[in-house]
Amino acid sequence: MEIYRAHVLVCKGTGCVASGSEPIMEAFEKEIEKKGLSKEVKVVQTGCLGLCELGPNVLIYPEGSYYCTVKAEDVPEIVEEHLLKGRIVERLLYKERDTKERYRSLMDIDFYKRQKRIALRHCGLINPEIIEEYIANDGYRALAKALTEMTPQQVIDEVKQSGLRGRGGGGFSTGTKWQFAANAQGDIKYVVCNADEGDPGAFMDRSILEGDPHTVLEAMEIAGYAIGASEGYIYVRAEYPIAVKRLEIAIEQARNHGLLGKNILGTDFSFDIFIRLGSGAFVCGEETALLASVEGRRGEPRPRPPFPANKGLWDKPTIINNVETYANVPEIILKGAEWFSSIGSEKSKGTKVFAVGGKINHTGLIEIPMGTTLKEVIYDICGGIPNNKKFKAVQTGGPSGGCLPASLLDMPIEYDTLIQAGSMMGSGGMIVMDEDNCMVDIAKFFLTFTQEESCGKCPPCRIGTKRMLEILERISNGEGKEGDIELLENLANSIKASALCGLGQTAPNPVLSTIRYFRDEYEAHIKDKKCPAGACKALVHYEIIADKCKGCGMCLKVCPTQAISGERRQPHKIDAEKCIKCNSCFDRCPFGAIVKI
Amino acid sequence: MSVIKSIEDLEKIREQAKDMINLRVDNETKTRVVVGMGTCGIAAGARAVMLAILDELKKRNVNDVIVTETGCIGLCQYEPLVDVIQPDHPKVTYVNMTPEKAREVVVKHIINKQVVDEYVVPNI
Repeated sequence: MEIYRAHVLVCKGTGCVASGSEPIMEAFEKEIEKKGLSKEVKVVQTGCLGLCELGPNVLIYPEGSYYCTVKAEDVPEIVEEHLLKGRIVERLLYKERDTKERYRSLMDIDFYKRQKRIALRHCGLINPEIIEEYIANDGYRALAKALTEMTPQQVIDEVKQSGLRGRGGGGFSTGTKWQFAANAQGDIKYVVCNADEGDPGAFMDRSILEGDPHTVLEAMEIAGYAIGASEGYIYVRAEYPIAVKRLEIAIEQARNHGLLGKNILGTDFSFDIFIRLGSGAFVCGEETALLASVEGRRGEPRPRPPFPANKGLWDKPTIINNVETYANVPEIILKGAEWFSSIGSEKSKGTKVFAVGGKINHTGLIEIPMGTTLKEVIYDICGGIPNNKKFKAVQTGGPSGGCLPASLLDMPIEYDTLIQAGSMMGSGGMIVMDEDNCMVDIAKFFLTFTQEESCGKCPPCRIGTKRMLEILERISNGEGKEGDIELLENLANSIKASALCGLGQTAPNPVLSTIRYFRDEYEAHIKDKKCPAGACKALVHYEIIADKCKGCGMCLKVCPTQAISGERRQPHKIDAEKCIKCNSCFDRCPFGAIVKI
Repeated sequence: MSVIKSIEDLEKIREQAKDMINLRVDNETKTRVVVGMGTCGIAAGARAVMLAILDELKKRNVNDVIVTETGCIGLCQYEPLVDVIQPDHPKVTYVNMTPEKAREVVVKHIINKQVVDEYVVPNI
């Protein structure tokens, strides 16, 4: 085997591919070849490194130098300076936002320093398309340990004792779920992986599948051994082409190496895994709807019980876990329940991956121990709110979750604390909002999503969410009526109590939580016909403060409808009739003379 | 690569494959070999020295050593310079390296932990 003195890792997660990491990787290969370094320097594609907003990301070992926003033009310089002469190209290194300090190694960066990576342990470290790199990093050792040193019941006990809970949203004990399926009668059982990640802004499952597909395969095999199944299905969104491709490659490699198929590792255990593509219906993330879709039926949920553990895929006992849940399993088997349960908080063990987005300096993917506070995530890891704006709320749990205000920033992130606060863990989307976000508008956004994605099977969800949305639209158009808030609460509670599946039962959460914490904003919309954040177009108009206006004419130039008039060096005016409230003048004015009222 | 039929097979592949990712983990605890690659170093033949070090390490199946480069440190007349830094040991600087001397350093110092006194930097 060749020994390379340097490895150039190019992130090939979806985020960095979108910002152009493919040509970067080609440029590295070409340039390294040109300089005659091909035998010394290896170029490796890898999974998501987390700081997606700074992509394309390149990591060079042994130094661990982390280059951000790399352009193809920069590649010759990196090769010449760093790889040939050993001089790190400082100007391209990651730069801390406040101190402007540049860090020579990835692990010195605040964003990484405070993380604890279990589910993401291989993302950004190994090449996901080469099984040997996974094996080198203890891959398939957990499977070997389970198959040869543990009974199926011992595997289940280990997972139970670890305290691992479902990472897809519900937070049900994974070990208990496995126990149910193991106890269920039947000679044919199935293991299913829920990779139908649909929350807007959430991409942790995609990143795991792209960066470390073998870990999911290994965990499904362990689950299969534990419950006595010999077949597994991964239900993954067709909109995740890179994840699907890497899964296909991983399955193919595992089969070729005898790690999937008959008599795995020389034991009696046989297991194979197949991929089923989902077509992007949000409801198919609900387990019964997902199973229906795998079977080729329409993706609609059905009442539970019977739970899938007893009557699942083709009516056989089935366990269904989410990608991130599986990604924890090999580590639990290898390092033990005690190790895992020592991480996190009392009721929520281990770590959780979050996709952080919205009004935040570092958009990206992070993994933190449970019990970390919202404040640590938002300020210490993700660098706070950009442009000196004030934090207003953080939305967790996607369309099923809720908005938490600044007063709850010190709350530790756990399954139960989030639910008590009216939100939920969900799959791990985290959207940060600042003072410019209107909470009615946010509630409307999420409800629009769930209302569109409602499958229509049960009336509370089909009709109820529609009616709620109509009320919200009315409120944000300035036509809200006295009693609308109470009506929303009433409807929301009825839907929560009567909808068939998790989608409907949680759909009102964004509305309820925003009413709970930001009731004054709803009241301002209804009573005063004002949007305090200035986001609801119907409720704001733009004015120029004559004292501040220097008559520079900038606003006049950007206005697309010629609604602004005025002589040079004289205060300008906005014609409300012509104004389409596009916000261009507001953004352009260098003197802050334009206000939204 | 062949089918993995047993845990022994898996372990064997793991041992072999470790080299593929070794460079990306636990780099703080490894021996570092730093070759001076400033203009002076390159002109004095540092490339050949580095290639010789890599080749010798490969031949002897040593894969937990980091080989890296640095710029000019001012001792241009003594180039090519090679530093060997082992954890918990002071840095040793070798001067006027040639590919042959470098191979000797790999065997004597890096593998057998014996500093090659005759090549180290003179007191200047």
